Amino acid sequence: MGLPDSSQDLTSEMEVDAFRRIFPLRFFERHLSESLRPDARPLDKARDTIVNLGLVSTADGSALAKIGSTTMLAAIRMEVMTPSTESPDEGCIAVEFHMPPICSPIVRPGRPAEAAPVISKRLSDTILSSGMIDLKELCLVSGKAAWMGYLDIYCLDADGALFDAALLSAVAAFSNLQIPVVALNDNGRIVAISDEKEQDNASIIEEEAVNKEKRKLTLKNIPFSLTCILHKNYILADPTTEEESIMDTLVTVVLDSSDQMVSFYKSGGEALAYSSSIKSCVELARKRAKELKEILGEMDVD
Amino acid sequence: MEIDREDGRTPNQLRPLACSRNILHRSHGSASWSQGDTKVLAAVYGPKAGTKKNENPEKACFEVIWKPKTGQIGKVEKEYELILKRTIQSICVLTVNPNTTTSVIIQVVHDDGSLLPCAINAACAALVDAGIPMKHLAVAICCCLADNGYAVLDPNKLEEKKMTALAYLVFPNTTLSVLPEGSSLVEDEPVEHGIITSVTHGVMSVDDYFLCVENGRAATASLSAFFRKNFQQSQRDPSKAG
Repeated sequence: MGLPDSSQDLTSEMEVDAFRRIFPLRFFERHLSESLRPDARPLDKARDTIVNLGLVSTADGSALAKIGSTTMLAAIRMEVMTPSTESPDEGCIAVEFHMPPICSPIVRPGRPAEAAPVISKRLSDTILSSGMIDLKELCLVSGKAAWMGYLDIYCLDADGALFDAALLSAVAAFSNLQIPVVALNDNGRIVAISDEKEQDNASIIEEEAVNKEKRKLTLKNIPFSLTCILHKNYILADPTTEEESIMDTLVTVVLDSSDQMVSFYKSGGEALAYSSSIKSCVELARKRAKELKEILGEMDVD
Repeated sequence: MEIDREDGRTPNQLRPLACSRNILHRSHGSASWSQGDTKVLAAVYGPKAGTKKNENPEKACFEVIWKPKTGQIGKVEKEYELILKRTIQSICVLTVNPNTTTSVIIQVVHDDGSLLPCAINAACAALVDAGIPMKHLAVAICCCLADNGYAVLDPNKLEEKKMTALAYLVFPNTTLSVLPEGSSLVEDEPVEHGIITSVTHGVMSVDDYFLCVENGRAATASLSAFFRKNFQQSQRDPSKAG
């Protein structure tokens, strides 16, 4: 890629890679003035997104989501527990986001990444407040037994827009989730039945809430998110780690399938968000939500 | 149709504000900020030499420690710490003291709703008390939405539980200008209309979010006036040294 001619500074004598390392902001701004980014993406385009379902055979539901290089593996494990007294006919979901050292050179073993518990909480808030999952569907026997879903998301490659990829993998994992078959045994406790056992065992009592076959959850109001960078007059959709480290103002918009805003998250940053930027970010998020809906739709998700 | 609030406030009315600075003697700056019954204590130590790993040594670095009133530190506190840290980084001038770390410690004294905005305001007052160079103040407000679509400012804990959605918004403070043009404009909007930080909980429509932002912007004027009065009073008071 040829460097533009400028006689005054030493950029014309420097190699592109060196210029990128030494003057990262100027390198990016040269691209932004042409409405492009170094990976030849237009400013409002997200990276290629791939979703794969059902990779982890030991989990009840799993998915791998890749946005560009950012890779997230989500897995759900269901366990039976007693529901709380305040909501006796509701189950529970526990979300945990892990950043193992494999994902980034900044993360070292023994010291958890700063971003991990924050993304964990944001995911948990987003999934629960969007109403994607009806917790009442997770009930088995009212007041006595309900499903607890442990959702673990592992970041395998952290290359920017971690929240977007994590949310996508969580949604895909829930769509892939098959609730295991259980029955009530003599002692009044719920036991899991493996696939090989027969159902005509005399000691098994069938309650109306106990499922006879593996079932899937109905997902409504699926949340889709898009992270953007605000820099001067530019809005960059779906940033990479390099872009995030140079331009530090990130805005994450989460919209659900009925075009309601689940979350508008902006945490500091040099640039302030004015009404025009907010509107543009929401528009970009709408377009992205359509794209993601199509991608999930190809995976046979409702 | 107006909303009836339990304590008799109008929807846009804030709770009584109180701020006192320089209350701790060992810290370089400290402030206590209360909005109604929510009270937060903030202390600032710094700048100290050296930055943490993975932080840019050409800029000043901030670390925030959030101590809840009871219980262990969990993900909620970590999220608040990160939000506060990034908000402080965006309002402070980072190039004046490079390669230094400034610690901001937040202690929750009582939580009666609108805790994060209260903590941000307290941190701001403490930073001013410590003399950390800043571009402008961060004025924080909580705006929540009831199910009939009305926006209510500065809810207490009971109101927060009843509301369908809420938004914590942080704006720069309004400027008091002697010139008739007022503050400078960016994209036809005054600078103080830009959002520094926004955290929302619950589902709301995009128009409702803009309604919250409008109400929040209107409230920053009174909060900024309160800040200004509070700082000016202590300047004139000779018994308080800095």
